[in-house]
Amino acid sequence: MDAPLIELSGVVKSFGPVSVLKGVDLKAYPGKVTALVGDNGAGKSTLIKGLAGVQPYDGGTVRFDGKPVALHHPRDASRLGIEVVYQDLALCDNLDIVQNMFLGREETEFGTFDEGVMEKEASDTLRSLSVRTVKSVRQKVSSLSGGQRQTVAIARAVLKNARLVILDEPTAALGVAQTEQVLHLVRRLADQGVAVILISHNLADVFEVADHIDVLYLGQMVAHLDADQTSRDDVVGYITGAKVQQGASA
Amino acid sequence: MSTPQTPQTTGPAPDTSVNDVNDLIGSGQEGGVADQARAYLQRLQHGDMGALPAVAGLVVLAILFSFLSPFFLTERNFANLLTQAATLVMLGMALVFVLLLGEIDLSAGVTSGMTMALFIVLVNVHAVPWMLALAIAFAAGILTGTFIGFFVARVGIPSFVVTLGLFLGYQGLTLMIIGSGGLYRVQIPEIRDIQNSNMPVWAGWAMLGVILLISAGMSFWDRARRTRAGVPNRTVALVWIKLGVIAVVGGAAIAVLSRNRGQSVGVVEGVPIVVPIVLLILWIGTFVLDRTKFGRYLYAIGGNAEAARRSGVKVMAIRWTAFIVCSTLAVVAGLFSISKVGSVDAAAGREIVLSGVAAAVVGGVSLFGGRGRLMHAAIGALVIAVITNGLGLLNLPAGVNLMVTGGVLILAATVDAISRVRAGGSLMRT
Repeated sequence: MDAPLIELSGVVKSFGPVSVLKGVDLKAYPGKVTALVGDNGAGKSTLIKGLAGVQPYDGGTVRFDGKPVALHHPRDASRLGIEVVYQDLALCDNLDIVQNMFLGREETEFGTFDEGVMEKEASDTLRSLSVRTVKSVRQKVSSLSGGQRQTVAIARAVLKNARLVILDEPTAALGVAQTEQVLHLVRRLADQGVAVILISHNLADVFEVADHIDVLYLGQMVAHLDADQTSRDDVVGYITGAKVQQGASA
Repeated sequence: MSTPQTPQTTGPAPDTSVNDVNDLIGSGQEGGVADQARAYLQRLQHGDMGALPAVAGLVVLAILFSFLSPFFLTERNFANLLTQAATLVMLGMALVFVLLLGEIDLSAGVTSGMTMALFIVLVNVHAVPWMLALAIAFAAGILTGTFIGFFVARVGIPSFVVTLGLFLGYQGLTLMIIGSGGLYRVQIPEIRDIQNSNMPVWAGWAMLGVILLISAGMSFWDRARRTRAGVPNRTVALVWIKLGVIAVVGGAAIAVLSRNRGQSVGVVEGVPIVVPIVLLILWIGTFVLDRTKFGRYLYAIGGNAEAARRSGVKVMAIRWTAFIVCSTLAVVAGLFSISKVGSVDAAAGREIVLSGVAAAVVGGVSLFGGRGRLMHAAIGALVIAVITNGLGLLNLPAGVNLMVTGGVLILAATVDAISRVRAGGSLMRT
């Protein structure tokens, strides 16, 4: 197996007396989808916020490309190519797809927008993800369906050399067909060599798309599983704490 | 780009048509005039009406008043209308900058009143050179915006509250600057000229030429840049149509203004000086809103402030700046006002701010933020000015004017809301 793109070991985080992450290990590999599952309160969000640099960890080491890195600020994360697509997507309804994808990092020439360059890059990115549901990149986001919005949010994340994309419940609000579309997109993202961490409650989605499944239980990583060598019942067992994998947690 | 080096690999996803999708994403620029017209109609159906209702209203009102009053369609009244509207146009445009954020500045009117009181007292009482006094007035405007911005963007007080406080406070300040019962005449020729003098006839035509040149230049520059980037352009016919419309409408207006409209008092002809000033500010403001990060971020924050923040937009700084821009442009509106009225009293600017908000809303600017253009506010202000002007010509009581204006405002808001509901959106949206 390849070397992991990102490797967390012994990560801890507590809020006052409440210890949320109690020494967590996590690896994500380029070209692979790593699903992060766990019940509410298991610490998934805290783990992700640490990776995004929004809420730095208290302790433990983070290695990126094998080198130890510090993630103290969102800037640190984006410099490394870590992008997070949050559940609420954070898109501006009143702007079009190109404007949303480039928000905060517009291409300018003499201080004014170079719309052509942005439009080209946006549609190239969408094409590279084989997006075929979007009619025009100049559509307002308000006119898009839930699945299309998710698509735009993901395309926005990979626009600028993303190497690790973290997706927080990307299918939670979607219907069946749109869920399918987004899962294809997640798969294609990985096929392009991006390391993907997928957070989901929906085990059917997880089994459809993930290569690895990591289970978080009350702040501890209780299982690292290969998706094709485990079963839904096993995963549920780990999530609910009924099962514990030997030697999974450091 | 994200790892574009790896060509499209056939993933395990059971996609059927992966190979043929590459050309399906358009940019909305394709097709000829007919296609573009169809796309525009589609946008209208989706509730994206822009200034269209206001333009239609303007035309209907103009036709109506030209039947009702023989004076409405005269050269003299047309010039009069423009100068009457100038203050409201300017104030409406000033407010757009904060309305786009979903904020409001109730103190814009009294800011123009207070700064003009300061200006005129400095000149008339303290014999300060008028240019210096004007600079001080603008500084006071900038300071006002900084003050509002501090409390709204930094401290986090709703702009309605902060500017309501200022609305009250500045009335008092103006009263103290002017003194009780005071009224100061504006005697500076340059200031009076803004609204009371006209450009030479040739300068009006030259202005139209410059507008056409700039408009064509920008259009073709944009096209060249798009071509260089390898994305499609709209059909070039649209550029000619746009230039044609500017030439015809602008040409007609200038032709009317170029005729002698002085009745027995000698020759009065040419475009009022205030017109090119308004157009210049409109152009610069539109350029900033459409083509710079500051403008784009105003729309983004108005649409979804949290999304903007996560994208690295300095939300606080942008908010703060918007209030400074609004207050500064309010000073310009004040200048137009005192030039037209010819005097400053303690009540200056008290009434007009809500008309400014009404102008923006009639023109299609959203009070919820994120939607609207400077042009919309300008057109909305013209609608209100036409109502005032037309009803004035009919010798109707002053009360009727306010009632009609109020009715038009509600009508405009209703048209906007219904078009949105029919398009499937909700009433409360960007």
